[in-house]
Amino acid sequence: MATVVAVIASTHHPFYYRASTATGEDRPPFADEWTSKILAFRETLTRARPDVLVMVGSDHFHQLWLDNMPQFLVGKAPFYDANWYNEEREFGLPRMLLKGQEDLSGHILRAGLDSGFDLAFSNELRIDHSITCPIITLRPEADLPIVPIYTNIFAPPLPQPKRFVQLGQAIRDIVESWPSHLRVAVIGTGHLSLELGGPRQFGPHGPDPEFDQRAVEWIANGDLDGCLREVTLDSLHSPGNATHGFMDFMLMMGVAGAGAKADYVDTLDLFHTMEAYFTWYPNGAPAA
Amino acid sequence: MSKYLLNKFLFMVDRDPELVERYRSEPRELVTWWEAEYANTVLNCHTDEASTWLRFDDVEREALATHDHVKLFELGAHPFLTLTLFIAVFERDNTEPLEYQKSYGARLAHFSMPYPDIAT
Repeated sequence: MATVVAVIASTHHPFYYRASTATGEDRPPFADEWTSKILAFRETLTRARPDVLVMVGSDHFHQLWLDNMPQFLVGKAPFYDANWYNEEREFGLPRMLLKGQEDLSGHILRAGLDSGFDLAFSNELRIDHSITCPIITLRPEADLPIVPIYTNIFAPPLPQPKRFVQLGQAIRDIVESWPSHLRVAVIGTGHLSLELGGPRQFGPHGPDPEFDQRAVEWIANGDLDGCLREVTLDSLHSPGNATHGFMDFMLMMGVAGAGAKADYVDTLDLFHTMEAYFTWYPNGAPAA
Repeated sequence: MSKYLLNKFLFMVDRDPELVERYRSEPRELVTWWEAEYANTVLNCHTDEASTWLRFDDVEREALATHDHVKLFELGAHPFLTLTLFIAVFERDNTEPLEYQKSYGARLAHFSMPYPDIAT
């Protein structure tokens, strides 16, 4: 059976690529610290020596649209083109081509359906920055096959927070039941407090630093009960109008398991959001 | 009123470089043309399968034609879609980093929670 060698959760700030590659006067003052933190974070994946990446993210109205919106969708394609014109335009993201792992995609779809998740699938999925940003930060070689899994955190009505947790728990079980000797890392990206297109956007910190602090503690401690007690679809409006992306962090807590303390935790307070980075090693930390 | 159609306009224009430029330079003409030609396009379908009933009301049409992101927010247009398209249209006029993005938020300062519902 396959082994889950690392579970990784982070934000997917689309400006990292531009900030980290900028030089001279174009390089923002926070770029060096940000890059340094990313290099340390990247090492947590490198040490786990993964063969395959299962990647959880959210399409930002690039391919998935309101005429036919899935709640949870699994990509099943031999290759994935990545990033879109408007991401190139706005964030300077490069066009990418990532290889798929269709056998694991098929296994997740079959086993997911059999365990009660009515997963949608796509044989032609162009992925966006929620999945390419963790490739850029964690595996810039982009040399490992992926299985993309998209969640709807964007277009109401959304699934309940507990459903994200349950899907995370199911993904863990399903990956570990995959008849393969390959080493799998499950990587997911979401948000802490975030406001986009509203009055609290682009402030000196994230819109709700108090929520960010509590959220980091929930994730770092694997405190699923505490998190589920406080987080509802309604409550997530308060920390910022884009904070429902936090449910992808909750999904990753489900993958890691209730009570599982993260082996690696780091944060960075950027000008309008708190960046957060977590790694769990289900089978123990690999040697440095 | 159709929040869906507002979002469909923002979605379709944002992903097309030519339409972004036309929306910047001739917004009223672009909105008129888009509503006549594209509002009822069923995405990913042959044109013969177009729907027949989608149209803006006067307030929606005017908000789009005047680049009025405050009114679009009030109408419940998806804030991510409005923001990303309007950044494409206006960020180039910035004289300092994030100038447009910050002024965009400041013009919404009179809104408090709960914000207008964005469910379609």
